[in-house]
Amino acid sequence: MARTLITVPRTAKRDEIIEIRALVQHSMETGYRRSSEGDLLPRDLIRRFTCRFVPGAVANANTASTAGDLIFAATFHAAIAANPYLSFNLRATTSGTLVFTWEGDNGLAQSDTVNLLVA
Amino acid sequence: MKRRTFLASSAGLVASVIVRPVAAVEQNSVLTTLVNEYAAGDAVREGRVKFDIARLVDNGNSVPVEVTVDSPMTPQQHVVGIKLFNEKNPQNDVAQFTLSHLSGRARVATRIRLATTQQLVAVAKLNDGSCWTHTVEVLVTVSSCIEE
Repeated sequence: MARTLITVPRTAKRDEIIEIRALVQHSMETGYRRSSEGDLLPRDLIRRFTCRFVPGAVANANTASTAGDLIFAATFHAAIAANPYLSFNLRATTSGTLVFTWEGDNGLAQSDTVNLLVA
Repeated sequence: MKRRTFLASSAGLVASVIVRPVAAVEQNSVLTTLVNEYAAGDAVREGRVKFDIARLVDNGNSVPVEVTVDSPMTPQQHVVGIKLFNEKNPQNDVAQFTLSHLSGRARVATRIRLATTQQLVAVAKLNDGSCWTHTVEVLVTVSSCIEE
C-alpha cells in the first residue's frame, strides 16, 4: 500500500471552485536507471490516476471507483517525477464523496475517499 | 574556420537572436509530429494555453509545471484533454490529463522529470475538436536520469 496525501477543503460554498491536491508515495522507477552493480532497474510506474465525484456518502471505496462522474484522470509516463503530485479543480455543487484511485505496475491499485460538504 | 566566414555566421546568429520574439519558440519537428498525432486531424493552433515552467531548471528530477487553458469550462464549451510532450527524454510522452466541465477551471499542475535542455509542449483539446498549443524551451543544469 502506497501512502497518499489528499488535500481538499472540508467545506465549500455552492458553485465555489475548489482546488484538489493529491500526492502518492512512489519511486516512479523509469526503467532507464542502473543499480550500483550495473543491472538495469526494472520499470515500476504508476500509470493511471482518476478522481470521481459521487453525490452523497460512499460505503466502500473499492466499489465506488466506477460510480459517479469522472472529474479528472491522468495517464503517467516515466517523465513524471517520483511521488506523483497532481493539483486540479472542481466546481462544488452538492455534498458528496471524492473517490481517488491510483493504478500501476506490479498490480498496484489504491483508492481513497474524501468527503466534501457543500453548504 | 576563416575569420571572414566566422564573422559572417556570427553576424547572422546575432540577427536571428534579435529578430526572434521573446515569447514565441519555433517548435521542434519532433514535437510537431507528436502534437499532430494527438490532434488526429483536427486543427492545431498556438494560443489559449499557458504552460508555466521555470525557464532555468536547477534540478531535472522534479520540475513543477502548471498548464492553464483559457476556457469557460461549461457543458457547452470545455477542455476535454491536455497532453504534455518533451523533446529529448528517453520517451516523448510526459502525461495525459482528462478533464470535464465539472472541473470548473481548466488547470492542472504536477511535477516532471527532464533529462536535458529541451523544448516542451502542452496541447489542449477542446470539446469542439480544436487543439491549442504552447511550446516552451527550458535550460536544464542538473539532469534527471543520470544519477544512480
